[in-house]
Amino acid sequence: MSNNVIVIAEHFKGQLDDITFEMLGKAKELASALGGQAIAVLMGHGIKDLAGQMGAADKVVYVDDAALADFNPEAYSKTAAEVVKAQGAKVVMTGYTSMGLDVGPGLSVDLDIPMVAYVSEISGDAATSSLYGGKMNVESAVGDSCVISVLAGAFPAEAGKEGGAPDVEEASAPDLSGLKIKFTKLIEPEGGDVDITAQDILVSVGRGIQNEDNLPMMEELAGKLGGEVSCSRPIVDNKWLGKTRQVGKSGLKVKPKIYLAFGISGAPEHIEGMKDAELIIAVNTDENAPIFDYAHYGTTEDLFDLVPAITGKL
Amino acid sequence: MNIIVPIKQVPDLVEELEIDSSGKALDTEWLKYKVNEFDDHALEEALLQKEENGGTVTAIAIDGDDIDKALYAAAAKGADRVIKITGLGDNPSNHEAARAMANAIQGIDYDMIFTGVQAVDDRDGQMAILMAHYLSLPHVSVVTSVEVSGGTATVQKEYSGGVIAEFEVQLPAVMGIQAASETPRYVPVARVRRAMRGTDLEEVSAGDVSVGGSTEVNRMFKPESGQGAEMISGSTEDIASKIVSLIKG
Repeated sequence: MSNNVIVIAEHFKGQLDDITFEMLGKAKELASALGGQAIAVLMGHGIKDLAGQMGAADKVVYVDDAALADFNPEAYSKTAAEVVKAQGAKVVMTGYTSMGLDVGPGLSVDLDIPMVAYVSEISGDAATSSLYGGKMNVESAVGDSCVISVLAGAFPAEAGKEGGAPDVEEASAPDLSGLKIKFTKLIEPEGGDVDITAQDILVSVGRGIQNEDNLPMMEELAGKLGGEVSCSRPIVDNKWLGKTRQVGKSGLKVKPKIYLAFGISGAPEHIEGMKDAELIIAVNTDENAPIFDYAHYGTTEDLFDLVPAITGKL
Repeated sequence: MNIIVPIKQVPDLVEELEIDSSGKALDTEWLKYKVNEFDDHALEEALLQKEENGGTVTAIAIDGDDIDKALYAAAAKGADRVIKITGLGDNPSNHEAARAMANAIQGIDYDMIFTGVQAVDDRDGQMAILMAHYLSLPHVSVVTSVEVSGGTATVQKEYSGGVIAEFEVQLPAVMGIQAASETPRYVPVARVRRAMRGTDLEEVSAGDVSVGGSTEVNRMFKPESGQGAEMISGSTEDIASKIVSLIKG
């Protein structure tokens, strides 16, 4: 049985993503405890140079193929399964990211090993998942071999950026002819009406505002504060606000001086986008909402009473 | 276009969650359930496709708490068939559920499977991708748009920062739906009741669901609140004043 820890590296537009370094740092720690190697698997086209940036790995195995030039769920899944099989691993780490989502669970099926998802901590033989919107942790035994999908921001990227000279090895791609999925293009977000990443003050709204008709009240508050309205995912999914206003994993990362969170529960995907704000004030009637673990100040006062009262004092 | 929509019930997070006496699972006695919100989007997108291109929508779920109600609600919204998979026991893993789904849909003629991109209790991975691999079908997740033309779907997948990747996918295929192109429709209780009387809720057995091992749960525990927020209490006016003074620094 292998004691290797494999990281499926993610990169976009010629750069390794933070999640790659976050996983690498942890992989290095785990591999040395297990007496195995930390191995990064890098898939793409013309990406060999990125291998040298992964100094925290003992070894980088890269696969260079035109069919891997852009992320493709099918091509990347197939290739990752081949490489992991050939290298052998106790733990295979993928990001709980848009790309990683399309690779991790499939690896578990193709390699016939279990999976633990939404992982925020790995220690010894156990991995802890952050479930139920961050309200419960569940610790699972890793067992003989396992795929783990890692939440962004769970581990420090710095540990994965440590210098070093990994062995770099090329592996050949499996047969990638006849793929059923073809990447066609990237669509960049339209320059929106507002850049929420450039604001000092954000009045951010979540599911707790209940209804689109309650938005003007929030906009009025933002206006009085000289800030803008931002939001969590459900607001965008319901088309109440545009994508350019969304804070979080699939939205934007913001770092305002003041972040006012109204009716936002604080799922890990949202926290990822706002936890670095200088001052976070959270308003949520659920005293157990995870947002209160990240906020500096909080209140369970009903936002529908509180917002007009705040606006009235400005 | 015939579309299958696997749905499931998840605990309503508005309620407080408690751990049961085993220390490894949620106490379900007082738990309130609701349909996984992303499954709701998957169903909506399937119904929109049907309205535009014709075909059928089949909602399918693993037997469990309140699942009949969820399936009847799907019928009331416009699903043509609703199917419940029985014989899996309590709390099957997603791997087992995905295999059971793959078994159950074998006799059904379908072009696409739409299911929610994720659920709050996906301890062992996401349904869309697990199903796709058990069925050896192509898959795309975090999907926000599907346009079908002939035997191909043009699919948009979301990356971070609002960037979208577009793929052409040969059907049949599985999509993990992030958001439907319209807000999921609401269905009044009266129509769900009517659907309960007029709908044939089909039952099929799970079949062989052996999977490549599963990990054991050691324990469930509430996350430690880090430093935690300093809570402000008092009258509405007091709280508002305190917040204003914090903002003004």
